[in-house]
Amino acid sequence: MKYLIKKTGTLIITLLIISLLSFLAFQVIPGDAALSKLGTGATEQKRQELRREMGLDGPVLERYGRWLAGFVKGDMGESYTYAVPVSDMIREKLPVTLAIAVMAFFLMMAVSIPLGLLAGKYGGRLPDKILSVFDQVVMAIPGFFMGILITCVFGLVLHWFTPGGYVPYQEGWGPFLGYLIFPAISIALPKCAMGVKLLRSSVIGELKKDYVRTAYSRGNSRHQVLLGHVLKNSLLPVLTFWALAIADIVASSVILEQVFTIPGLGTLLVQSISNRDYPVVQAVIVLVAALVVVINFLVDVLYGVIDPRVEVR
Amino acid sequence: MKKKKISAFGGILAVAMMAFMLVGIFYTPYDPEAMDPFLKFAPASLAHPFGCDQFGRDIFSRVLEGSGTTFLVALGTLAIGAGLGTFLGLFTGYFGGWPDEAIMRFNDLVVAFPNILLALIFISILGPGKYNVILALGIVFIPSFARLVRSEMIVQKDMDYVRSARLMGAGHMRILFIHILPNIRGTLLSALAIGFNNAVLSEAGMSYLGIGVQPPDASIGRMMAEGQAYIFTAPWSLLFPGMVMILMVLGFGLLSDSFDTGTA
Repeated sequence: MKYLIKKTGTLIITLLIISLLSFLAFQVIPGDAALSKLGTGATEQKRQELRREMGLDGPVLERYGRWLAGFVKGDMGESYTYAVPVSDMIREKLPVTLAIAVMAFFLMMAVSIPLGLLAGKYGGRLPDKILSVFDQVVMAIPGFFMGILITCVFGLVLHWFTPGGYVPYQEGWGPFLGYLIFPAISIALPKCAMGVKLLRSSVIGELKKDYVRTAYSRGNSRHQVLLGHVLKNSLLPVLTFWALAIADIVASSVILEQVFTIPGLGTLLVQSISNRDYPVVQAVIVLVAALVVVINFLVDVLYGVIDPRVEVR
Repeated sequence: MKKKKISAFGGILAVAMMAFMLVGIFYTPYDPEAMDPFLKFAPASLAHPFGCDQFGRDIFSRVLEGSGTTFLVALGTLAIGAGLGTFLGLFTGYFGGWPDEAIMRFNDLVVAFPNILLALIFISILGPGKYNVILALGIVFIPSFARLVRSEMIVQKDMDYVRSARLMGAGHMRILFIHILPNIRGTLLSALAIGFNNAVLSEAGMSYLGIGVQPPDASIGRMMAEGQAYIFTAPWSLLFPGMVMILMVLGFGLLSDSFDTGTA
């Protein structure tokens, strides 16, 4: 319980600092947003009026407070470029990126557990060697190139999907997910490679321990020992990697959305950076960071449940 | 034995790719910007080993020049990130106390941000371009190096050889740089090779998005973004730059593994 309270405290402080830093980062940019909106011919009075309207007046901390209060309530300001509420833009894109990230995450787990066990079980023998060569190569492929290769193979050669034929979820979840699974695969593959590598060495380490011999001596079969005893213990270090991978998965989604021309959060972010549309950039970044921090918090808590020794530390 | 062969292969590959990148900084067989309408989408040949792109530019020359840019960016990133990070890690790990606590808490915070997202924040503030990419990635890389070196320091600082050095009257600086630093070189070299790869991949990703290295500086990531449109008509404008990049990352990845086992 004490562990939980301490972690929750850290979570809240982290979220506050992240929002403050992101807010401050966009305050140091030279130039006046009101001026660039009005053009250099604007009168001083008009400029001041617009500044007030855009919430650009007052001391920094006051503006931060106003912005944060709005953000929590779902009011993230207005886009400079499109003059629509940022929250509307984000609400429209968020499900797309989330769908990709969640699919990538589950793919990563579903692939790395069996393959990692396999490589660990045959440590140093042929299946392990083949897997480790494969691992190294997959890890060396840049994310976007993986996306392009997958477009090439599954889209252009096998015709499993139409490249660039994204279907919004409003038109049906089946085709929507059917298209997004391909960027999800592109994101998950390098993570799988890393996961397999970690689980492999973890399994090999566990197999040398005494409890494995005891388990055998009690008449368990190889499979029972591997699945019933070794897997649970060797998953612990891999769990940490998976938690860290969440941030990476979200970040990779930013790039892969461009490869597969998907209008998600990443595309919105990149466009807004090119357009210097700071309210949007700021909102997306804070939102993504908050998401990652909250998920890490949940993993920490889960870790405490799986491995009670953690609470003592 | 097998392990040795693999690391030897990695070492050779890394050295070869490094040479390729170094050459790219000083020399290209053709002018990477020269366009020739007659060579538009020319396939690979002896004169143009990687073929030509949509403007009839020699892809090999462009890849060579792009690798040069990539090399400079990765080197600059490591100079900032690994340099400052190692420094911070050495001091905070050795002396401990509140600066250690403060920096580590800050580190925890930064780690929550995905690398490329953090770099994108800097780019959106600084604007794109080669030097801003170096600065952004360099700053982003500091925490991971600081954390790594710090955790090594905490193990090393209470070891007997450090104690005896202290007994013999060695100063803090001497202990840090003459005694401890050489002992953690295996970890550090391995981290440097991984960091190099991460820098290469991040730069490629950012340039692919169009917010990294800007023309006239050539970049492999950017070339691939342009080549993607011609994936059917001229797959070589995409595949060769991709292959070069994979070999680069593969070489340094294997090299990093060999450093790790070499000192363990």
